[in-house]
Amino acid sequence: MNFLRDIFKVWNFEFRNILRDSGIILFALIVPLAYPLLYAFIYNNETVHEVPVAVVDEANSPLSRKFVRMLDATADVNVAFRAISMDEAEAMNQQGLTYGTVHIPADFDQLLDQGKQATIGIYADMAGMLYYKALMLSATNVSLEMNKELKAGKFYVGGTDRQLDIATQPVEYYEVTLFNPRSGFAAFLLPAVLMLILQQTLMLSIGMTGGETRERYNGRALPMRPEFDNTLAVLLGKVLVYFPLYMLEALYMYYFVTDLFSLPMLGHVSDFVLFMIPYILSCIFMAITFSSFIFRREDCIMLYVFMSLPLLFISGISWPGASVPEFWKIVSYLFPSTFALNGYVRIHSMGANLSQVEPEFFGLWIQTIVYMILAAIFYHRVSKTTGSALPSVANK
Amino acid sequence: MIKRAFDIWRRELKLFSKRPMMLTLLFVAPIILLVFFTSLMSEGLPKDLPIGVIDEDNTQVTRTVVRTLDAMEQTGITQYYASVSEARDAMQRGEIYAFLHIPSGTTEQALGQRQPKIAFYTNQSYLVAGSLLMRDLRTASELAGLGISRQTFLAKGMTDEQAMAAIRPIVVEAHPVGNSVLDYSVYLSNIVVPGALLIFVLLFTSYTLGLEWKYDKQKKLYQMAGENSAYAVMLKLMPQTVVFSLMILLYDVVFYRYLGFPLHCPLWEIWAAGVLTIMAAQAFATFVFGLLQGSMRMAMSVCSLWGIVSISLSGCSFPVMAMDPILQAASWLFPLRHYYLIYVNIALHGWPIISVWPSIVALLCFMLLPILSLPMISHAFRHAVYKP
Repeated sequence: MNFLRDIFKVWNFEFRNILRDSGIILFALIVPLAYPLLYAFIYNNETVHEVPVAVVDEANSPLSRKFVRMLDATADVNVAFRAISMDEAEAMNQQGLTYGTVHIPADFDQLLDQGKQATIGIYADMAGMLYYKALMLSATNVSLEMNKELKAGKFYVGGTDRQLDIATQPVEYYEVTLFNPRSGFAAFLLPAVLMLILQQTLMLSIGMTGGETRERYNGRALPMRPEFDNTLAVLLGKVLVYFPLYMLEALYMYYFVTDLFSLPMLGHVSDFVLFMIPYILSCIFMAITFSSFIFRREDCIMLYVFMSLPLLFISGISWPGASVPEFWKIVSYLFPSTFALNGYVRIHSMGANLSQVEPEFFGLWIQTIVYMILAAIFYHRVSKTTGSALPSVANK
Repeated sequence: MIKRAFDIWRRELKLFSKRPMMLTLLFVAPIILLVFFTSLMSEGLPKDLPIGVIDEDNTQVTRTVVRTLDAMEQTGITQYYASVSEARDAMQRGEIYAFLHIPSGTTEQALGQRQPKIAFYTNQSYLVAGSLLMRDLRTASELAGLGISRQTFLAKGMTDEQAMAAIRPIVVEAHPVGNSVLDYSVYLSNIVVPGALLIFVLLFTSYTLGLEWKYDKQKKLYQMAGENSAYAVMLKLMPQTVVFSLMILLYDVVFYRYLGFPLHCPLWEIWAAGVLTIMAAQAFATFVFGLLQGSMRMAMSVCSLWGIVSISLSGCSFPVMAMDPILQAASWLFPLRHYYLIYVNIALHGWPIISVWPSIVALLCFMLLPILSLPMISHAFRHAVYKP
């Protein structure tokens, strides 16, 4: 009974701490709720459309004009200008009017008439990899389409379309883009960002309460109260504050954010919830463990925030995991986010079930246990000290 | 005045030497960022991304296609599967990013002019890997048919050149401007590393300013600066400006001299742009700090949220042009966005500096921002106390 009362007292103390501190409310509540919406807004358009380009059509023949017309008709490219020379086209590019140039050489028709290959040059602005991709893909598709028609007229007069098709393309292929059919940017980046937000804001919230306690209790990481001497009660009390809150936030992300921006969702919520349990627990215990290094409340903002970017890259989402060097891979296993980002993407976007994310799931449980032990050791040691025994940071 | 400056700088040195953690942060964190990102992407484009193959046909022809695919730089075949569902399961387990499916009878049908279908599946939840593999798989699939049709045309007495022209009369050729190898790491390192440094600059500025109040030393600083808050802040931050400028120089030397990233302008120009951006970030943080009446924690929170968003709004991953018009306008409010535009235009494209004048003016405007909140900073110096 005493034990339960201690847990409740710790819970109550921590909870009041959060409510009193606008900085912690910002990170524990507002950022997890608002940031996903901001990110979804940024990447909402998913793909680029109507990239403005200039055309330098030196051939100016029916065929070359047809190419330009067909290119303009594609969804991703907009032929905004017709330039007289490459210099003029580059000037347009410099002024930011266009993002690329299509060059059709003067001997375009001549070459085709002679049965030779004619080359169309694509000069893509590297201001954005996606511009390049859009222009290149559209131009290639148009050229394939025109090639078909050209060949029809030239080599198979009288032949059927089908015969023509087979002779030039004996094997047909089709591409299937799985799980993110529109190859959208939001569907790719957002799930990873959502999970990272959970870990980072938990680290910040627990780090800030830890720093605040130290400042208030003369450098001691736990308040000088009897209920805080029971390490297990302290851990449970803290878990009971953050676990329900973050579980709700995770569900908010799983349902609301996904739905609002109609991202792909193939998973089952039961797999998701089971997967989130070790993730949130391991984050809480890791945050407590790391808070042993936080002496001032503001220090954790300094230390944690700029870690977010490397953690995103190391996780294998934005940079393929197969290409992450061995050393960084090992470092990445220290952080729950690595397992969670991958597991979440696979459950949520790819419809994997729990057994298909087994390595990640177990990884998170191992982290939970290891960080729990470290957190317990940390709090147990603190409970044996008085404030003055620790390095005082409230020094003037 | 000069004596005051030296006094304040001496005081800064003393403050830093008394706080080893801050010293480490200032010098080590920027270098860790550099080492982390350059070593992470040291290979340039990802190589040998794992894919699977379902070759139900298993003939000389299909094996050649598979071998060609395996030989491609970005693709590495790690596993053969018996069925599509097996491969799909492996994909959901995260073992492969893509797979190629060649149904049985493909070769026979192709030779018999019955146009068989092969298919490839890419996982676009991992967009970078998925897109890179799509390119390789498409080429391999094209080649699969190309070999057969070339034989047909050659048999009709055409030359090799004629055969190629018959198969593909119009060819599209890529000339990527600036980044000729299409190296994704060039792209990311050049913006993400300075971007991470800028987050750090924003935080460090509001952090060190805030510590003055936290330890109740702001009055002393104010007196040392002759009760002029503009001097006080500028002189206090100047040593950090020097350190950060040297860090940017280190980045530039590593990127353009050591790693050989494309640079089509003199090194000092891109360095100057970096220094300008750092000063803009410091000014922004000072402005925010003043606006919040010297509340350290809120200033740091705003700076961290601002800095993180600036990576997305710089446009280095997803183009700003494709974003909502509101965000396109908002992107002007982020120093990193201007650094990115300057970098792309002068360093990647090799255009003259004049082409990026709006961004340079914008960065200079950032430096004037603190003037707006100067009355609040002055007020904070005289009256505000740290609120826990």
